[in-house]
Amino acid sequence: MHHFLNDISMVFAGEAGQGLQTVTETLLRILAKSGYNVFSCTEYMSRIRGGCNTTEIRITDKKQRAYLERIDMLFALSPLAVEHLKSRINSGTLIFAEKSQFAERWDERYIDTPFRRFAVETGSPVFSNTVAAGTVFGMIGLPFERFTDYLGEQFAAKGEDTVSKNCMAAKLGYDFGRLIAADKAILLPSPALTGSSGRLLMDGNSALGIGAIAAGCNFISSYPMSPGTGLLTFLAARSKAFGIVVDQAEDEIAAVNAGIGASYCGARAIVTTSGGGFDLMQEGVSLAGMIETPIVIHIAQRPGPATGLPTRTEQGDLNLALHAGHGDFARAILAPGTLEELAESMQHAFTLAHCFQIPVFVLTDQYLLDAVTTIERRDIKRLPAETAVIKTGAGYQRFLFTDDGLSPRGVPGYGDGLVRVDSDEHDENGLITESFEMRARMVEKRLKRMKPLAEAALMPSIIGSIKEADVVVIAWGSNRGVLEEAIEILGNKRVAGIHFSQLFPLNPDVKSLLEKRALVVMENNAAGQFADLLSLQTGLSIAHRIVKTTGEPFSVEEVAEALSAFKESKRARP
Amino acid sequence: MKKTPTLFDMPLTADVAWCPGCGNYMLQSAVKAALHELAIDPSNLVMVSGIGQAAKAPQYLNVNMFNGLHGRSLPAALGIKLSNRNLVVVVESGDGDMYGEGGNHFIHAIRRNIDITVIVHNNMVYGLTKGQASPTSQRGMTTPVQVDGVMLEPFNPLAVALALNAPFIARAYAGDVEETKKMIMQAISFRGFSIVDVFQPCVIFNKVNTYQWFRENTVYLPESHDATDRTAAFGLATAAGKLPLGVLFRSDGREIYEELIGVGATRSISENRLTITLFMP
Repeated sequence: MHHFLNDISMVFAGEAGQGLQTVTETLLRILAKSGYNVFSCTEYMSRIRGGCNTTEIRITDKKQRAYLERIDMLFALSPLAVEHLKSRINSGTLIFAEKSQFAERWDERYIDTPFRRFAVETGSPVFSNTVAAGTVFGMIGLPFERFTDYLGEQFAAKGEDTVSKNCMAAKLGYDFGRLIAADKAILLPSPALTGSSGRLLMDGNSALGIGAIAAGCNFISSYPMSPGTGLLTFLAARSKAFGIVVDQAEDEIAAVNAGIGASYCGARAIVTTSGGGFDLMQEGVSLAGMIETPIVIHIAQRPGPATGLPTRTEQGDLNLALHAGHGDFARAILAPGTLEELAESMQHAFTLAHCFQIPVFVLTDQYLLDAVTTIERRDIKRLPAETAVIKTGAGYQRFLFTDDGLSPRGVPGYGDGLVRVDSDEHDENGLITESFEMRARMVEKRLKRMKPLAEAALMPSIIGSIKEADVVVIAWGSNRGVLEEAIEILGNKRVAGIHFSQLFPLNPDVKSLLEKRALVVMENNAAGQFADLLSLQTGLSIAHRIVKTTGEPFSVEEVAEALSAFKESKRARP
Repeated sequence: MKKTPTLFDMPLTADVAWCPGCGNYMLQSAVKAALHELAIDPSNLVMVSGIGQAAKAPQYLNVNMFNGLHGRSLPAALGIKLSNRNLVVVVESGDGDMYGEGGNHFIHAIRRNIDITVIVHNNMVYGLTKGQASPTSQRGMTTPVQVDGVMLEPFNPLAVALALNAPFIARAYAGDVEETKKMIMQAISFRGFSIVDVFQPCVIFNKVNTYQWFRENTVYLPESHDATDRTAAFGLATAAGKLPLGVLFRSDGREIYEELIGVGATRSISENRLTITLFMP
């Protein structure tokens, strides 16, 4: 008997190029349409063919959005899969595999599933994926038409023959799934009863892109680098519809300088890259600081240093964003943790960049960007898009001294004034100066905005009940989902969680929220970069750090395990 | 050439950082005269530059100015032009900035064919960093770094631009302000990427390529030169002997990048921007 009524984790594993993405996308789309809560994340190797890639799909009764190590059902489309996933397979895992490929390691957990045989019967091994999807739908017992309707839409362009063969393969898989479910007494979650009409299926890249479009982004220049490329392709695909200028730069240096040039001219510009590419962009951050020109920089983190693990995940670039560019100037760093926050952070980033005339970073990572979740349409918020451009008059001074250090920002060609900016130290007119007095005033002007910027900083989200807690577990960016689920599993009122979606500057009120409690910071890097920053900014000491360096996301199990150490802890107050 | 007051004269007193006798002054007169004669509206013109003595040129003109980072004038100019194609965009920088630090951008800006004009102050030496070799320094010139003389093949901007099929390529000598002005006027009026590489002496650090040297080692292209003949232009750009001056190559009527991108064709970024609530914090 295998009952997974509230929570099931299915993993699909195969070689690159085997069409894994097709099968998981089919499943996710149909499951989402049928009202299920789904979450999916992918790990893949840095290659185009071969190797072993896996996608996890969770179907849960409550909304969950975190990577689970446990595998309830493994669909092994390649013999490499079992070896690759051996640490995650347990005695209860059902392994759907083709016996001819796995003969030597076969045991009672295996279910002989003729993915390839059925596909070949249909006409070609390429239909193996459709057989696999059919097997899942058969086990769930979804109406078969829902599957064939989807296949009809999906393959319409490829012709009648492709559609009908896919439907044949689907049927073979579906009937097999029904049979197995009955035979092994497998019960899967039933579809949710409510709220399916406004439900969307979305990945992190799309949420980020939607946020950028909502923010009025109309310029992106970037050089492709995983996992930062997703935003570039998302906006490129929609460039005509939303009037976005898209330029693939010759390198990251060009990308950031073009973005700043565009912004100087009034565009709402963004650049996207990963840590290694951002290394090259640092001079641009310094330039934006000096000429007080807004720029939004998306850093999709992956493990470094150097090329590191190109397709894996990490949160190792906070210090890079924090310290990028020489000299003293203001900046802000955002780190969204959910689809909703990705869309909102992007809008917030543009507002901060334009209102404070600074570079603003949005830090994400491979795990968050590639993860797919169901989301309610109403949860994607449109924030007011704010800008600070004025029409210039004769005698306009781009760097006019004001009380708050922010000069009204004009752009060339809009008004009678001239807009003069210089990367050299300059006076109010943008003329190069070596006056010591002017230099000191300009440095002060550029830094004055840090105070209002901090006061405007987003407060962190509280997970659980912080009033009763004496241990507070702190996460940022992509770790929100895993912290939420681990805190829930722990079920201990003395342990609460806090998630930061803005890392710098911190809101001055953060300190009072955290003091007099034992602080545990969990983050996916070696040193505890945010723990250091938090300690530096608030003066509070960090009792414990949960860090990770393998290049994988934190799993629910490992965070729950790490937190269980604090369950009985009486040494709460530092 | 007589000096007429122009809209491009600085109303503000700038502290000019160029050395007495520098070729930059002559080139500046040519640029200013060209802008004046083309009747360009200063508020509709953006001059973009990188870093170096040449890159300070926009500082001394009454125009919109983006004096960015070393070697990065072209990416900034690209962003500016793509954001508001109604602006006239002129890039002015030195040989080190354009051909050394910014070499990759030089290649790819030409490939894009954006409608901008690039004026390169080519004095075959690094001035602001005090006399090291530049990409265009000639072999054998000794410097504080190249103590045994320059060993590298000089960068040939005309041949490189031709290889990349740049649609407008000219070479001027700053000592001849009138001819330089005419070439700059043609370049700015040209629709597409135009480059004018301008020879000019550095009176402090280049004791080889002096005013006299340039006069003796350059020659204007004959009137019979067919500027539409790319092969002939390549022969002239790579020939030994006197260095050619004039419009080496032009190819009119090409599609320009900002039009091919297509976005914003019906609305400029300025109008687009106005749909967003104006806000001051």
